[in-house]
Amino acid sequence: MKFERYGIGIAKGLALTLKHLFRAPITVQYPDEKLNVSRRTRGNELVWFPDKCTGCGTCTKACLQGNIILVTHRGEENKFIVDKFELDSGRCIFCGLCVESCPYNALAMGVDYECAKYRRGDAVLGKEKLSLSEKHKPSAYYRPQFAAELPEQSLLLYNRKEGGQKLSIFPLSKRKRGPHA
Amino acid sequence: MPIKTESFYLNVGPQHPSTHGVFRLRLSLDGEVVTDVEPIVGYLHRGIEKLAETRTYTQIIPLTDRLDYLASMTDNVAYCVAVEKLAGIKVPERAEYIRIIFSELMRISSHMMAVGFYLNDCGAFFTPVLYMWREREKIIDLFDMVCGQRLLYNYMRVGGVSQDLPDEFMPALKKFVDEMPRYIGEYNQLIKQNEIFLARSKGVGILPRETAINIGASGPVLRASGVKWDLRKMDPYSLYDRFDFDICTGEVGDCYDRYWVRMQEMTQSLRIIEQAMKQMPDKGPVCADVPQFFRPPAGEAYGYIEAPKGNLGFYIVSDGSIAPYRLHIFPPTLINITALRDMVIGWKVADLIIIFGSMDVVLGEIDR
Repeated sequence: MKFERYGIGIAKGLALTLKHLFRAPITVQYPDEKLNVSRRTRGNELVWFPDKCTGCGTCTKACLQGNIILVTHRGEENKFIVDKFELDSGRCIFCGLCVESCPYNALAMGVDYECAKYRRGDAVLGKEKLSLSEKHKPSAYYRPQFAAELPEQSLLLYNRKEGGQKLSIFPLSKRKRGPHA
Repeated sequence: MPIKTESFYLNVGPQHPSTHGVFRLRLSLDGEVVTDVEPIVGYLHRGIEKLAETRTYTQIIPLTDRLDYLASMTDNVAYCVAVEKLAGIKVPERAEYIRIIFSELMRISSHMMAVGFYLNDCGAFFTPVLYMWREREKIIDLFDMVCGQRLLYNYMRVGGVSQDLPDEFMPALKKFVDEMPRYIGEYNQLIKQNEIFLARSKGVGILPRETAINIGASGPVLRASGVKWDLRKMDPYSLYDRFDFDICTGEVGDCYDRYWVRMQEMTQSLRIIEQAMKQMPDKGPVCADVPQFFRPPAGEAYGYIEAPKGNLGFYIVSDGSIAPYRLHIFPPTLINITALRDMVIGWKVADLIIIFGSMDVVLGEIDR
């Protein structure tokens, strides 16, 4: 190929790169700096409300992995009493179909996303771990009643002046690097 | 003693930095020149078609996310269009507009990945990709706001979409649409006139118009060869006949044309989104009344849409039960890479990489 003046296109590209030196940062230094996730986020670990659950088993039918184990027995007034409600979060694909199908609002997705475990057995969650607690909060996926309690999602679309989150220019991490740092 | 020469066989992939995903190419080389190429697929096979036979119609939607994982939203749409055709379900108007807006956002995002990684293959190591990812991240944020996840959306349902848009979505989308032309200008400034890029991609890997039609190529690969074919115009599904946009075509069908068609399609997608935002009804149902475990009547249907990578189709056979009897997926990229042999022979190994990169191949869709 022949060019009339070789190098002009490259110079234009480099001028753009130079311009970016004076712009606000767009990268997030993840463990030290965190963005607010979406209110509807389908995070790890379902939240289960024992008082609302009737043990109907719609969620177990809706799960495409066959991942939810529900064991019940008949109690007073012929109502179901849940003996076991268990799911393996290592096999869960977080599609949210169980939450969508629950007719009694007894299930919700969680907002947490840092739920790595060291052992496979720890990923199997029973009744206590799935119940609502301080650290274990529901997201607004299919449950709009929880939306008001959650912080607003920080969109990268908005810069700091327009209500976006402030991002640091300088490196933040001063921690030691290592597996258990 | 006469000197014997024989061709040299070389494997590119399956674990190779320049193959996108787990793709293997068996090359036979004469020096540095490619004399024959045989694509070997199947390393990412997960049996999605067979798995679908044991799942209900709603449960298949998360599986379709895993086909073309860079454009999950359009996979969801294509599957839902096929099931709606089978069961004769009418989608509410607001849901159709949401589907169109999301498909076009997905197209912009997918083309950004395609162009970014194509430039990566050309030797501009990761600088253009990161420029494109900056805006792709904003699109993904919008998807995350509405459906709760960043890549595997599971947002479309048979008969509509799963949830209505939140209040803060429309202002954010408007801001994105207003800003985006400036960023597309930045991409063009960065790379379009770059002499090294032009020398690497102009006239390289030409796919002639006749060959493209004969193999049944679709999407930007077909349009770059000068064929004015887009399902959104030719056979308008959903509400695409209400929008005013152009079909972008290339001239010769080389790598540069495939790049430039994708860049132009981003602008056209923005035009469609702008019109859809104006036309969309403010309120209304977003999903038809379809039960979660519904049984469509026995029969068969083929639903197809114009996905970012081409003509994506789902063929569904129902026997009236809760799960399909057979599901077949017609992926665009599998058809497109059958042209690879014609395009590559006679070029050098370094050109093979960029020709393959310009096809925009996603292996999740090829191997299924």
